[in-house]
Amino acid sequence: MRYLRRYEDGQRMNHWVVALLFVLAGLSGLAFFHPSLFFFTNLFGGGAWTRILHPFLGLAMVICFLGLFVKLWRDNRMTEADKAWSAKMGEMLKGNKEGMPPVGKYNAGQKLVFWALSWSLLVLLVTGFMFWRPWFAPYFPIDVMRIAVLLHSIAAVVLVISTIMHVYAAIWVRGTIRAMTRGTVSEAWAKKNHALWHAEVTRKQ
Amino acid sequence: MSSLQSQDVVARSATTTPSPSVRSTPQIAKLIDESKCIGCKACQVACMNWNDLRDDIGENIGVYDNPADLTPSSWTVMKFFEVEPENGSLEWLIRKDGCMHCEDPGCLKACPAPGAIVKYSNGIVDFISENCIGCGYCVKGCPFDVPRISAKDNKAYKCTLCSDRVGVGLEPACVKTCPTGAITFGSKDDMVTYGEKRAGELQERGFKNAGLYNPQGVGGTHVMYVLKHADRPELEDLPANPTISPMVSLWKGIAKPLAVAGMVGAVVAGFFHYMKVGPVESDEKSEGADEKEPS
Repeated sequence: MRYLRRYEDGQRMNHWVVALLFVLAGLSGLAFFHPSLFFFTNLFGGGAWTRILHPFLGLAMVICFLGLFVKLWRDNRMTEADKAWSAKMGEMLKGNKEGMPPVGKYNAGQKLVFWALSWSLLVLLVTGFMFWRPWFAPYFPIDVMRIAVLLHSIAAVVLVISTIMHVYAAIWVRGTIRAMTRGTVSEAWAKKNHALWHAEVTRKQ
Repeated sequence: MSSLQSQDVVARSATTTPSPSVRSTPQIAKLIDESKCIGCKACQVACMNWNDLRDDIGENIGVYDNPADLTPSSWTVMKFFEVEPENGSLEWLIRKDGCMHCEDPGCLKACPAPGAIVKYSNGIVDFISENCIGCGYCVKGCPFDVPRISAKDNKAYKCTLCSDRVGVGLEPACVKTCPTGAITFGSKDDMVTYGEKRAGELQERGFKNAGLYNPQGVGGTHVMYVLKHADRPELEDLPANPTISPMVSLWKGIAKPLAVAGMVGAVVAGFFHYMKVGPVESDEKSEGADEKEPS
């Protein structure tokens, strides 16, 4: 069995830092979103501490995500070929992977998740500053903050649901998690799921 | 300080089950008749005296307003307005600013900390400061721009309508001290009746648009004004039709259950998708056999 390198160690560690910060920023933020989730503040030392920590955790997550973004955005540009793949996505979800058009390093679904994560993090960053107490909130009028909190919540939900899809896809497609735990994937995995990328990588060798 | 009236709570922030409300007290209201106000600021003094608050000495900004705005330790402030309601008719309007104690309080709706804001059955909206986490959501929820967050302790403060005095049968400190009777206190019904009577008297005396300010957009308020120009409350920095912002209603209304359902739903959908369809496997004939990592 041959293994192909899919991620450098630096990218993998970067990914896991973002993942850990996502969990922390996510839990601390959800605590303020719905009363049924307020108990998450217990993980951070109470309500006031959660309020203090959340913006720092979120900002750290965005900064770390930037490290992944600059490395990966080129491979995530949507192309014409992605349309054909997207059209057949329903079939794939039913379990018929065979008829799918061959894709490169990322398929249209992965690209969609990438841009959903990128855009939602950008919105979270910008709107988050607008009501970050006590330092930045005083510079923004109340009407602007009202829009900011709503957009912040919407972006957070988009981020969480995209991440759930991201995690599920990694579990669903066997052999994927290895790309982030070892940096490599099996040749059979590459052939089956990313045929064009497989051809490109093996041609170089 | 905890809630002093813990058995007559009709609404509690970030709480989805009923609050202790076995005891029910009559609805009360404070009525501020601006036509009787002489701007002496005794109410400000009584407020800081009863609540034992001392604001920092500020700057004179060239007008009588002092301090210029509500602060974490100035829960009521006299605001002075030089206006021309009609051309050439200069009027000096004085309004005692502070929490309106809304029947439908936006601060309570926005607050994410359980029990940091409560509403008693008598209508008083109270901040239970020990539960406050300092997020500032109450500021976004309030249609009147009332809550102020202390730079010292990051807690939100505002007028309590002297809930501690009212709870033992006394009137609020500002009411007790007002030398002209411009501030009155009683049951909500009585105050509405009295306020409308006063507005009628003012209309007879030439203030054609005098009226009671008890805005229905927030379900009415437990602090009401008799205004000389009730058709134009914005002359005195009061919103004409205050409501909880639609942004806040959306954010703290339908968005909450919808988003939680969406997030939980995504996990459940993933689980059942896996159970129905099963994983996508690659044809690995010799899986686990001698691994060759690329160099």
